[in-house]
Amino acid sequence: MASNKGILNTSILRKFAMALSGLFLVVFLLQHLTINMTSVISADMFNSLSHFMGTNPIVQFALQPVLAFGVFFHLIMGMVLEMKNRSARPVKYAYSKPEENSSWMSRNMIITGIMVMLFLGLHFYDFWLPELKLKFIDGVWNIEDRYFAELQHKFHDPIRVALYVLSFVFLSLHLMHGFQSAFQSVGFRNNKYTPFIKKLSNIYAIVVPFGFVFIAIFHFLAQ
Amino acid sequence: METYQVSEISEHMSFLEMMDVLNERLITEGKEPVAFDHDCREGICGSCSMYINGEPHGPDRGVTTCQLHMRKFKDGDTIHIEPWRASAFPVIKDLVVDRSAFDRIIQSGGYVSVNTSGNSQDANAIPIPKENADLAFDAATCIGCGACVAACKNSSAMLFVSAKVSQLALLPQGQIERKERVLNMVDQMDTEGFGNCSNTGACEIECPKGISLDNIARMNREFLSAKV
Repeated sequence: MASNKGILNTSILRKFAMALSGLFLVVFLLQHLTINMTSVISADMFNSLSHFMGTNPIVQFALQPVLAFGVFFHLIMGMVLEMKNRSARPVKYAYSKPEENSSWMSRNMIITGIMVMLFLGLHFYDFWLPELKLKFIDGVWNIEDRYFAELQHKFHDPIRVALYVLSFVFLSLHLMHGFQSAFQSVGFRNNKYTPFIKKLSNIYAIVVPFGFVFIAIFHFLAQ
Repeated sequence: METYQVSEISEHMSFLEMMDVLNERLITEGKEPVAFDHDCREGICGSCSMYINGEPHGPDRGVTTCQLHMRKFKDGDTIHIEPWRASAFPVIKDLVVDRSAFDRIIQSGGYVSVNTSGNSQDANAIPIPKENADLAFDAATCIGCGACVAACKNSSAMLFVSAKVSQLALLPQGQIERKERVLNMVDQMDTEGFGNCSNTGACEIECPKGISLDNIARMNREFLSAKV
């Protein structure tokens, strides 16, 4: 009989959990982009949506902790998988041609993932930490028209805009493999839908990150 | 790392015949020959296992090392040869690795139990959909050479294990032990120290028998449904 291992002590279940957390973040990114894109169309619309997201108790105290857990879990599980994979080949090949059989994106998910996580550190420093301070330390919850001005202020700095653009290139590379790979990890692969998923994966990996790039550059140029 | 110069090599020779020429010369010179695995030399036993010029079984596709011909190389080329590299495949000597981890995975569940008391049913009497029979046969063509492990950046054995799980899960004879089989074989695979599958697809490209990634997705489904 199979040993009764813990739920995340099995390679397939670890990958399954990694895939589910990744797909959850894919859905979140789409929602994030949709709200951010309104800043290009109307400052008032962006302010009201941001205020709703920033003050609604369900978003703040139910969805946000789930999101934080999803990000943290994806990061930690990625590290665990990487360490296990490295230990499976302690002696590397002296001469290898991995480019003959696999894409750069698929082989370097840990590098692109770490770059995205570093970006998240900057992103939290820019937006999340000031938001937490304002709401939970200063107790200010009711300024509805501050969000657009804060956004524009952050994208005034060309170095910050360049860092954001670079980070979204890494996010794009990460998604190009990660999106379609998640479906394989959960066992969803067949002749009918897999070609569509691969196309969708590539479209998503280009459109979503470059949507964020467009917003950053738009606000930089608009000032 | 050792470097040897080999001459008098015909383009019609197989890679293993080139190794034979080298070893004959080394033995004649009173030196130790290079140890390498080989048996059938017709691409069906899965014994030969060399990492040639950065790829398992060399630069050709859909062939084992014994089926690789010297015409794939140019006169004067430097050819890099290494053993499979994986903690689950310890090197025994030179290019020979211990692949008994695969045997233990098969022992853990890669079989069907058959009543041999004289009442066993003729396998051909059981109707099997053509599509399933073809998929099971395709999976069963895996020769267990370990090229999938060698090609994978994580030394994952998912392609091998999934082929063995699939070939039985697709057939009526494999249904009785279906859940237990996948749980046991994946458990043994993890115990042996193979890495996780990153879905790079390198295993499928380098597999000499063209085993499809579809099998890995099927094994993921089999495992998840057996687990719940």
